[in-house]
Amino acid sequence: MFRRLETASPVETVTVTVGGKPVTLPRGETAAAALVAAGEATGRTTPITGAPRGPYCMMGVCFDCLVMIDGAPNRQACMTEIRDGMRIERQVGARRIGG
Amino acid sequence: MLFNGCALAYSPPPRMTDIRDRQADIIVVGGGLVGSAIAYGLTRHASRVMLLDEGDRAFRATRGNFGLVWVQSKGDGAPHYTHWTRNSQERWADFAAELKARTGVDTHHENNGGLTLCLSESEFLDRRSLMERHRRDAGNRGFEYKMLRLQELRELVPEAGDSVYGASFTPYDGTANPLFTLRAVHQGFDKLGGVYRPDHAVASIAHRDGIFRVETRHGTYEAPRVVIAAGNMTPGLARQVGMEIPLNPQRGEILVTERVAPFMRLPTQNMRQTVEGSIIMGDSKEDVGFDTSTDTSVISDIAARAVTAFPILRDVPVVRAWAALRVLSPDGLPIYAASEECPGAFATICHSGVTLAAAHANELGGWLMGADRPEAIAKLGPERFHVS
Amino acid sequence: MSANWDLAVIGAGPAGMSAAMAATRLGLKVGLLDEQPRPGGQIYRNPAQPTPEVLEALGEDYAHGMELIEKFRAADIDYRPGATVWDVMAGGEIAFLRDGRSAEVQARHVLLATGAIERPVPVPGWTLPGVMTVGAAQILLKTGGYVPDQPAVLVGGGPLLYLVAWQYLKAGAQIGAILETVPRSNLWSALPHASGMLSQGRLLAKGRRWLRDLRSARVRRIRGVTDVRIEGEGAAEAVTFQKGGRRQTIQTPLVLLHEGVIPNTHISLALGLEHGWNDIQQWWQPRLDDWGRADKPGFSVAGDGAGIWGAEAAEHLGLLAAHGAAMALGKDGLDQAGVAEARGALKSVAGARAFLDRLYRPARSQRVPAADDTIVCRCEEVTAGQVRQAARMGALGLTQAKAYTRCGMGPCQGRLCAPTVSALIAETRGLDDAEVPAYRPRPPFKPVTLGALAAPAFRAKAG
Repeated sequence: MFRRLETASPVETVTVTVGGKPVTLPRGETAAAALVAAGEATGRTTPITGAPRGPYCMMGVCFDCLVMIDGAPNRQACMTEIRDGMRIERQVGARRIGG
Repeated sequence: MLFNGCALAYSPPPRMTDIRDRQADIIVVGGGLVGSAIAYGLTRHASRVMLLDEGDRAFRATRGNFGLVWVQSKGDGAPHYTHWTRNSQERWADFAAELKARTGVDTHHENNGGLTLCLSESEFLDRRSLMERHRRDAGNRGFEYKMLRLQELRELVPEAGDSVYGASFTPYDGTANPLFTLRAVHQGFDKLGGVYRPDHAVASIAHRDGIFRVETRHGTYEAPRVVIAAGNMTPGLARQVGMEIPLNPQRGEILVTERVAPFMRLPTQNMRQTVEGSIIMGDSKEDVGFDTSTDTSVISDIAARAVTAFPILRDVPVVRAWAALRVLSPDGLPIYAASEECPGAFATICHSGVTLAAAHANELGGWLMGADRPEAIAKLGPERFHVS
Repeated sequence: MSANWDLAVIGAGPAGMSAAMAATRLGLKVGLLDEQPRPGGQIYRNPAQPTPEVLEALGEDYAHGMELIEKFRAADIDYRPGATVWDVMAGGEIAFLRDGRSAEVQARHVLLATGAIERPVPVPGWTLPGVMTVGAAQILLKTGGYVPDQPAVLVGGGPLLYLVAWQYLKAGAQIGAILETVPRSNLWSALPHASGMLSQGRLLAKGRRWLRDLRSARVRRIRGVTDVRIEGEGAAEAVTFQKGGRRQTIQTPLVLLHEGVIPNTHISLALGLEHGWNDIQQWWQPRLDDWGRADKPGFSVAGDGAGIWGAEAAEHLGLLAAHGAAMALGKDGLDQAGVAEARGALKSVAGARAFLDRLYRPARSQRVPAADDTIVCRCEEVTAGQVRQAARMGALGLTQAKAYTRCGMGPCQGRLCAPTVSALIAETRGLDDAEVPAYRPRPPFKPVTLGALAAPAFRAKAG
């Protein structure tokens, strides 16, 4: 969906996985950016009809970019800064608790 | 210069309606669950029933309702109230089916039994005595219950935390979605020919020549009978037609979590999982009068209790907090009043609007249209407070 | 963790930063809570590692923002980034989440500088993955230098639409088309206010440059577009629309929507501050005095949260609000020259705003879906038809519509459906928009875990 502008200046990067696929981004980016940079339009399916959804507002308002981050369900991807090794996975329907 | 000049907000102008639309056989004041269920039931006894409701910002207890159809712990020392509650509980399944058939709206009624958790041995023993008193008071009707220690409780709800000592279980308890119930009752009322008027807060009621004149901002409505079921507004209106209804409003708060895959098989007295997956928790008692703002310390207490009962809920986010006023009489039991001074006027306050909806829809219509008062509510009149 | 401040500012956009700095100069002890990890707000959304290539694409206004941020960082302010405010109480206590824990601060005066959100654009298909707001796409550009890797289609109206198109152009990204939905008749209501726009020479020149550059790059602009729909199986594949009585389709996996911004009134409405309906901007805004103070003592609002004025005005409004708070707290020694300058600047911005708001007033069809099966509440998947039915059944406002349909009960708490639901109720019941009461949000303003709510430290403070 999105590509990063080439830059001549050095940028510190972080590598995360999106659905198991490694993606490298500048440090300071969000999990939602990682999602779209990985070409992944869909971050979750809704708990009601199972419809696919992806990041919409990118500013913490719409809650449509919910994903699983390092196993924790329903995280707002656009409000979560990436860390090295972060696992970003699709949130499927309602969260589960207690396994 | 204005900092941010903006147009003035205003209330909708009064809209006048035809005179024929202003008369009814009976007018119910209050479109919450109590008034709506009564109005719904009245359509079987009267041809023209009118339901006058407030605007969008009414102090609506229904919206803050927890959604329990609950029997255990109702009516300690007041067996007539337990019986009234059980009348309604026994009618609920049919009531839900009838609403579904009539309107297509599913109230999500379930009757799988319910739990009251006890966090210590002494709570557990107190609870057992209460259940035993209920059994004794129930007489021939019978009252089944089980006291479960943590081990047995976990067979029903494996997620119960280590701080839980045990629980009481009765098979009578269940749940219904209060909002869908309200919607179903409104829709059913409409289908049965009832006339629903929102934005018709009632300012006053006058009685002259056997006719009640009900004043709203959109004009006057008339009927030979009137039922005041306006929640916390009831006492003021009831007084105008000769009834003293004592009231002690209490604030209740409710927290609602995001949707979670089903895990709670049974509701507890202060926590349940809805069909949609949200976990609703609440039941705090505060005495603050007419203030429906939420209070952070109360929210915090509710959360702490929930996490103690079910530690796995620790990471689940709350998406809504909801405060509503509980409509309570001084003894906590409902009041059903008929005016002696102005025959044809009735008033009720009742905080268990969901539990009692099926009884309200089925057992009050005849009385309100002139028949004798049902035996089941004989001891629930306001006379009980008039101790001389 | 707990602190006592004279002034608590919520939001580190231009209004919040400017207010915090001015209040510090006036001798107040100032704290600022902001949800983002770095200051700047959404308008100056601030990358951790800005690159020259991105700064170049963003243009000179953004460079001004970077200077403001630098000044803000140097000022003596108790700045708490990454703090999500979830409750503001009448006595000035503010509860917020930071690193998953809840904490509280106490302030004598609270200034809400929570900015704007993009107006929801509830067209069929707007919930499909691959459909984002133009603002969202711009945030990706600002923070990480991301541009579409295939020609995107921009749909809607308003300055931001052209700005982002122009920024993409400068960054070398392809644009599939710009579909303009703003009714042409808007020009006639805007024209009487043109003099206000003309007095804003710099703003006018900027806009003309964007449009000129887009034209010379032969970016396809289609005007007078109606009945926009986004189609696709599981994700956006195409956008279709009516133009001149003919249905047209453009294939694209990325559709960017924009119909202007509206004040983010979530907290000001929750606090029960008095609001009025702005019929041009089509949303509520708090009613404030000349110093940004609300009807309830102890609360002020500045910036786009007080009505859409834009980033430049936000700085001036922030300065005035800082003075308003200082006066309320009994401080003297106001910066008379600064106040006069801010008021002068605002006057001229107001003139331009009057023109722009009318020119880009969104088409009704972009705000209020005609088709009953269009989703209006994204969280609970409630459709326009369900809301219309609720309104017919007697819902006069969002509280009752919510009770009937569950709209507004999901995690966004009504932020993204309230404007549409209000408009649908107004339409169905034959009311003016201003006659449908504003929604009434409640704490928590953002979801908070039960564990954070139950935390002993927090409970001790709250109790």
